[in-house]
Amino acid sequence: MKCTEFLNELTNYLDGALDDRTKSELEDHLAWCHNCYVVCDTTRKTIEIYRNSELYELPNDLRGRLQSAIMAKCTAQKKSGPQKV
Amino acid sequence: MSAIQPNVQPPVSEELELVRRAKRGDDSAFEELVRRYDRNVFRIAQHITQNREDAEDVVQDAFLKAYGNLAQFQEQSKFYTWLVRIAVNEALMRLRRRRPERMVSLDEDVKTEDDSLPREVADWSPNPEQMYNQAELRDILTRTVQGLPPGFRTVFVLRDVEGLSTEETAQALDLSIPAVKSRLLRARLQLRDRLSRYFQKRASGDGNT
Repeated sequence: MKCTEFLNELTNYLDGALDDRTKSELEDHLAWCHNCYVVCDTTRKTIEIYRNSELYELPNDLRGRLQSAIMAKCTAQKKSGPQKV
Repeated sequence: MSAIQPNVQPPVSEELELVRRAKRGDDSAFEELVRRYDRNVFRIAQHITQNREDAEDVVQDAFLKAYGNLAQFQEQSKFYTWLVRIAVNEALMRLRRRRPERMVSLDEDVKTEDDSLPREVADWSPNPEQMYNQAELRDILTRTVQGLPPGFRTVFVLRDVEGLSTEETAQALDLSIPAVKSRLLRARLQLRDRLSRYFQKRASGDGNT
């Protein structure tokens, strides 16, 4: 397997979506190609860092206000007439 | 190396039960759906619009649209996927409004082939998150993901931050599965490349970035 072939399969590999044969070819490649090993490892870390990052969490006070506003608008919409199906 | 596990989502049948009650006019069931997904919609909206006020509007409008069109939800996908689709469209609309000079579409930025090839292959520090304080880390992560084109950013957020499957992401964005996979790969590689500047191993004690 060449480095470019490895890169093409990287997303499937990280998502656990490869058949056994391709997975084993890819792992053979990783065993000797240090650059691809680093790319694979740091890509996995990138995903984990973002997944754990809690960027843009909705603060509780804003959340409460948004929920009230949404339900009030829904009620108003209902009263103003049934929506067309 | 282990595969990345998707985020856990509640069972579909329970969600479907809420949707059916909401369709019959039970607003408390709809309110439960709002409580279940408002944080996700807010995150997605803020990632796409990069603007807090817009994200608040997207949350309200997306749920209101879902409420008004609930009868048209065919139950062939998860309610959440359907909701995300509505929210993404609302968010893109607001992004376009704010940046009329740039056409914003999910189809743009897909022509360059070499943009995602790894340039930076230095290994990272074993605990990259601990190299910075919380505020610094937040800033680095926000600026880095904001640097991605909207089409890549949206796929990355749905797949890797919100944990939608490739199929669900394709459904929500009206893209083919190969298109989702190709964008996801490039988004991940671009982020990785950019984060390497901050997270690569430093010579001990030099303290430089």
